[in-house]
Amino acid sequence: METLRKWIQCVWTLIINGYWAFPVSKNIYQGPLKVICSPGLNCYSCPAATTYCPVGAIQQLLLGIRFSLENSTYYLGLYVAGSVGLIGTAVGRFVCGWACPFGLYQELLHRVPLPNHSIPKTLSYIKYVFLLLFVILLPLLLVDQFGMGKPWFCKYVCPAGTLEAGIPMVILMPDLRSTLGYLYLNKIVILIGFSLWSMTASRPFCRTACPLGAFYGLFNRISLVRLKLDRNRCTDCGACHTVCPMEIRFNEQPNSAECINCLRCMNEACRFGAISLDIAGYSFYPAQGRQDGRNPVRPR
Amino acid sequence: MSKQKTRRGSVRMTPLFILLFFLLCWLVGLTTGEPGRVLEQAKSICLECIGIG
Repeated sequence: METLRKWIQCVWTLIINGYWAFPVSKNIYQGPLKVICSPGLNCYSCPAATTYCPVGAIQQLLLGIRFSLENSTYYLGLYVAGSVGLIGTAVGRFVCGWACPFGLYQELLHRVPLPNHSIPKTLSYIKYVFLLLFVILLPLLLVDQFGMGKPWFCKYVCPAGTLEAGIPMVILMPDLRSTLGYLYLNKIVILIGFSLWSMTASRPFCRTACPLGAFYGLFNRISLVRLKLDRNRCTDCGACHTVCPMEIRFNEQPNSAECINCLRCMNEACRFGAISLDIAGYSFYPAQGRQDGRNPVRPR
Repeated sequence: MSKQKTRRGSVRMTPLFILLFFLLCWLVGLTTGEPGRVLEQAKSICLECIGIG
């Protein structure tokens, strides 16, 4: 199942970065597909990107909202919020586990054979600060003399943008090199920091800083597709804790906002058929777990 | 992966209502012409966004 998940991650990465004519055109893709929302974090200034990044797009719409209202155009970000809301309600953080290029990048780095370290749970709240402050409030409220804000998260934080767009664009357009300054250096340091951290901890950016993951996590409790725990079958053996890349104790927090639905707990750990995939009220069990768990052993 | 499908109760309604809400948002955005603005932004390289300039 893990192999299948990796393949799906790779295919998604190639689909949303499917413009391979950029070395010849020396420019980014400018076709009509860019009106489609990328489910995962994927910078739309990446030369190969074929879709728009919801985090970048919502900041751009919010920072220019005054200008938009003055011109009676009413670009309030509803199209972008509706797109990510539909994705979040349908599949929650499945996107993070199966369709995010930057998630795949971190997972590949985590294969470097180094000691694994856990991430303190308190750090997971930082991503909500990034979502609220850097993606919504600061672009909306902190404006210059012309009434325009800044894309705070993209400009000062996003390592996915640096990896997918900042570095490739500097290679592709040599003229840009003369404009590089502390801002670029800051973003390179953040990218290197998260890359090194990914080697020793599982998905550190997703767990501590990703505003899109924070948003999708809000839907984990109610999304149409989610993992479900059968309390009658669960023996609290703790096997699910050992395989979870997000360090969730699934039997204690089955609807955790951190769960990226990689399905490893269901397919690799639980021998009692206590974890199932719930799709709008229908439960799907892995065949092996269902057989082993025919007789629930939890004492009552 | 072979899976055994079992029905475990009624279809959950909450996500369907929330889906409808976001669909409405999406449609309102569509009618105000927001996709055109998004496309316009996505077609140009935002140097400020990627730490250049």
